[in-house]
Amino acid sequence: MKILVLLKMVPDVVEELEVAPDGASLDRGFLRLIVNERDENALEQALILKERHQGTVVVVAPEAPEVDDVLYTALARGADRAIKVTGVAEGLGSRASAALLAATLPTVADLLPVDLVLTGCQAIDDLDGLIGPLVAEHMGMPYVGIVTGVDGSASGVVRLSREYPGGLRGRFEVDLPAVVGIQGAEKPPRYVPIAKVRVAMASGKIESIPAASDAEAPLLDVLEMRKPVFAERAEMIEGDPDEIATRICEILAGRGLL
Amino acid sequence: MAGAVWVLAEQWRGHLSDVTFELLALGRQVADGLGVPLEAVLLGSGAENLAASLGAADRVLYVDAPSLAEPIGEEGSRVLAALAAERRPGAILVPITNVNWDLVGLLPARLGVTLANFCTDLKVAGGGLEAQCLVLGGKMEVRAVPKGETVVLGVLPGVRSADQGRAERSPEVERVAAAPSPAGRVRLLGYEEPEAGDVDITQAEVLVSVGRGLQGEANLELAEELAEVLGGAVSGSRPAIDLGWLPVTRQVGRSGMQVKPRLYLALGISGAPEHIEGMKGSALIVAVNTDPGAPIFNVAHYGAAADLLEVVPALIDKLKEQKR
Repeated sequence: MKILVLLKMVPDVVEELEVAPDGASLDRGFLRLIVNERDENALEQALILKERHQGTVVVVAPEAPEVDDVLYTALARGADRAIKVTGVAEGLGSRASAALLAATLPTVADLLPVDLVLTGCQAIDDLDGLIGPLVAEHMGMPYVGIVTGVDGSASGVVRLSREYPGGLRGRFEVDLPAVVGIQGAEKPPRYVPIAKVRVAMASGKIESIPAASDAEAPLLDVLEMRKPVFAERAEMIEGDPDEIATRICEILAGRGLL
Repeated sequence: MAGAVWVLAEQWRGHLSDVTFELLALGRQVADGLGVPLEAVLLGSGAENLAASLGAADRVLYVDAPSLAEPIGEEGSRVLAALAAERRPGAILVPITNVNWDLVGLLPARLGVTLANFCTDLKVAGGGLEAQCLVLGGKMEVRAVPKGETVVLGVLPGVRSADQGRAERSPEVERVAAAPSPAGRVRLLGYEEPEAGDVDITQAEVLVSVGRGLQGEANLELAEELAEVLGGAVSGSRPAIDLGWLPVTRQVGRSGMQVKPRLYLALGISGAPEHIEGMKGSALIVAVNTDPGAPIFNVAHYGAAADLLEVVPALIDKLKEQKR
């Protein structure tokens, strides 16, 4: 089974985010980027499938700061090839990114056809489209998202477990080739020692491929970006852990919760 | 944007979800502002009876096909895209839920139009639509104008009260033939209920809920001890379940349970919109998180920007003292 995993970098929201001087985008000078968490789960699911059924795993990511580290880490974890699509503007929307990826994939030597495309079922910056469904449409493949498990033991199909509300799961069978949007893998992403990442780095195996077309013009005009303002924010408890605990105790006692 | 405003009615296991009525309430305002009709689109198989409660819309387009019996994004988006290509609505409002999430992505892809995602409000400005969207895990909000003859809007639950979107009147229902279905490439084999036998967190009066800030499964016993002292149960946000610390039956949020305990202690939970959906109705919310800018503090009543691993042991000690 040949599996393509689409990775992308997103802002790390644990860091303080600032609005750029244009008032409508993030200040990229202060931004720390991390791999989209669900994309990382998609990679883990791909590696699990490779271990179970043999095959190859190819990771593809648009160029972005820190993306080399992510691609080397993917190789160290067990991916067979890592491809970086260059000439992609920072902050490009999901709709244009998906179109660029779909146009570029056929230009990569010995890549297509693939049996399965795995990617995260959403990212926190998917404002104007979702990568998985967009790529599926461009490539003429079916799509299922919010998937938490993939079984590839049957021929020509995969069996999927998809999340519905209330802990309910749907079991699906999907014809290959297909795009699957991963929520979680069957296991958390594997740990890889830094020494193995260094070995991957030393081998220099990232392939750089230029984007095969110009980016589509966005159809969503962002007028303003701001920090959300909420009418009733929490009353913040100050102090050391002991003082905080004392105050929480008082609050609970006041509400008859003790 | 001259076409009608459409709201996709969410049908799930034979019932219309509350979010359907929330979107109808919002859609009503948008349609009136634009001076166009509001139409509810209901997809199903033998589900026409549900159309009667969609009276907040001027009319209901009901598409019946055996393949629409269950909400499969691949199939629903195909049928809806064919209908939209024919009728050319100006805006299609789709609820962001686990039932419809695939369709939120697939519909604009098939139509070749833009999506405005994570909408928390819509307004009419300059004869067009302006969307307010909550992005980056709830940390930023944008105002954006989607362009095109038709636009798709992914709308988060809670934009309006569901009661605002309920109406006594019976709407006009138009039965629409579904475009013929090619052999489905995505087949639903069945549903699996979550394993029973574990704690039912929807019944707990006190929930000690943990997220990524717990840092490791080894620290779970801290949460368990606190829950025991408070007479409650331990629940968690998505990462706590994905990392294998808690079973899926303990998950609060869009994929998990909706809870409304008397006390919800959010420990090391950042408060992504999909989590907040599941717990915002709690009577008292107290949050502890190291990031003072975490969105959880926007819904909590009390908050502390601190490390739960330092606060919780102190809290357990104080509570035990008080009980003595």
